[in-house]
Amino acid sequence: MIERCSRLARILQVEIPVLVIVLFALAPYAWMVITSFKPNEEIAQWPVAYWPSEGTLKHYRDLLARTTFAGNLLNSFIVAVGAVAVGLLVSVPAAYAFSRFRFPGRRWLMVQFLVVNMFPIVLIIIPLFVLMRSLGLLDTFIGVIAGHSTFAIPFSVWMMTSYMNAIPTELDEAAIMDGASRLQTIRLVILPLVMPGIVTTGIYIFVTSWNEYLFAMMLSGQNVRTVTVALQLFIGEFTVQWGLLTAGGTLVAIPVTILFLLVQRRLVSGLTAGAVKS
Amino acid sequence: MTSLVTAGARSRAFMTPYAFLLPALVVTAAVILFPVLQTAWMSLHDFVLFRPRDVPFIGLGNFERMWNDEVFWISLGHSFLWIALVVGFQFLLGLGAALLLNQSFWWRGLARSLVVVPWALPSVIIGLMWTWMYDFNVGVINDGLIRLGLISEPVAWLARPDTAFYAVIVALIWQGFPFFAVVVLAGLQTIPAELYEAAEIDGASRFQKLVYVTLPSISEVIATALLLRTIWVANSLDVILVMTGGGPGYATHTLPLYAFLKAYSGMEFGYGAALALVLTALLLVVVFVYVRRVAREIGR
Repeated sequence: MIERCSRLARILQVEIPVLVIVLFALAPYAWMVITSFKPNEEIAQWPVAYWPSEGTLKHYRDLLARTTFAGNLLNSFIVAVGAVAVGLLVSVPAAYAFSRFRFPGRRWLMVQFLVVNMFPIVLIIIPLFVLMRSLGLLDTFIGVIAGHSTFAIPFSVWMMTSYMNAIPTELDEAAIMDGASRLQTIRLVILPLVMPGIVTTGIYIFVTSWNEYLFAMMLSGQNVRTVTVALQLFIGEFTVQWGLLTAGGTLVAIPVTILFLLVQRRLVSGLTAGAVKS
Repeated sequence: MTSLVTAGARSRAFMTPYAFLLPALVVTAAVILFPVLQTAWMSLHDFVLFRPRDVPFIGLGNFERMWNDEVFWISLGHSFLWIALVVGFQFLLGLGAALLLNQSFWWRGLARSLVVVPWALPSVIIGLMWTWMYDFNVGVINDGLIRLGLISEPVAWLARPDTAFYAVIVALIWQGFPFFAVVVLAGLQTIPAELYEAAEIDGASRFQKLVYVTLPSISEVIATALLLRTIWVANSLDVILVMTGGGPGYATHTLPLYAFLKAYSGMEFGYGAALALVLTALLLVVVFVYVRRVAREIGR
């Protein structure tokens, strides 16, 4: 009897409120996905039809056949991969230095990487546009990737440093004792151990770059336009074509949702390490 | 000879960490440090993009203009309200979610994953899905509120000066509350069970346990998360840009958005840079407090 009571209490006090919060978190997303499968007549119907009487893939077909969307998806992918490559290539060595050496200026430099990560985007984006224009890098992949590295680098330096710190220094010392050079130690001991951290950081950079809008809008034109910018332009261009827009939104959102859910737990522990450590 | 070799080796050893840091420092200097210095330079000039050869130095002219610019003050006021409401509600909702998700029930793992989804989405998609839900003619929010009897006819949420700002705020709260939920939840998991057992022995009620055990134990975590979020929300402009573009009129202008619009649509890069600098200066206080908290961790 008591057990059933507490079970009921748990449903009322915990499970139903959690369900409400989860529904709140998912409802706008779900509504976008549902709309993307509705025929146009039902999208324009009032009062609103909550569930399509007959699902259709028309909007997806139209989007990929009639617009530049497929190309934009590819552009976003190239930019995101580029941002991951640049971010990791420069931040892994930097994190190694911060984690394994004690040198003058270490603390100060680490703080600077934190501070630049807090700068308002508008502070950087306005001059970066002028800079890229004078270098002739507007509307090129290099230009947009450079824009995205402004947030990718400081962030991954911090993430990677905390992952490296988690590897006991005894392991490096043991390798050195066995006669390994520094580069051998890095290649054979550090990198394999820190690989999960590299993957997590890489995926986070990918997601952030894929999602990014302001740099992409400022620095790209027709040639390297990313999906987020294209979608925003569609909003102006196909004002009332919500089927097309929600289909595009779904195509952009699904991959990052999956990636995010895949690495979520490790990502969260990395992101909150600074905030939670007591 | 030997001493020379060791001196050489020692100085090489001294240089090693800097060599590892060099790529990161060079790229960061090129894409962040140099642009920021250029912003400072631009803010002192009347720099209009379509007039690149004629950039007169005007000293503090841009800042003087700002002082007399009504839109600047409107945007600044909105920014404060924006930060207070968005961060405040994100926190309350996130705290509530975290306390619930810390209880044990059989689908807890699934719930924890799903709640995070809004955090993963691009701001353009967030703007798009909420604009669609707020739609005047066939939006699901109007439909739902009419069915519930809360409003009698559709409201043009994003087109009315009195509702647009709050409509955008709701979308932002939705986007950001998972961050607080996740951070607070991680904090809750570090509280030792003995504290609750001791409180129970002392006869504490559930509310007393929350106020005297839970909240004090995670106050550090909450403070750090609030600082980080304040900085982030103060800087964010993309969702507003997508949903309203700052309108109707100046109803949804915030300081970063105004700076961006001045540069992007107005081509007035000098004035935009000055606005961006003022935003940065105002934020610097918060950044300073946050950085000092985090920097305490670095030494070890």
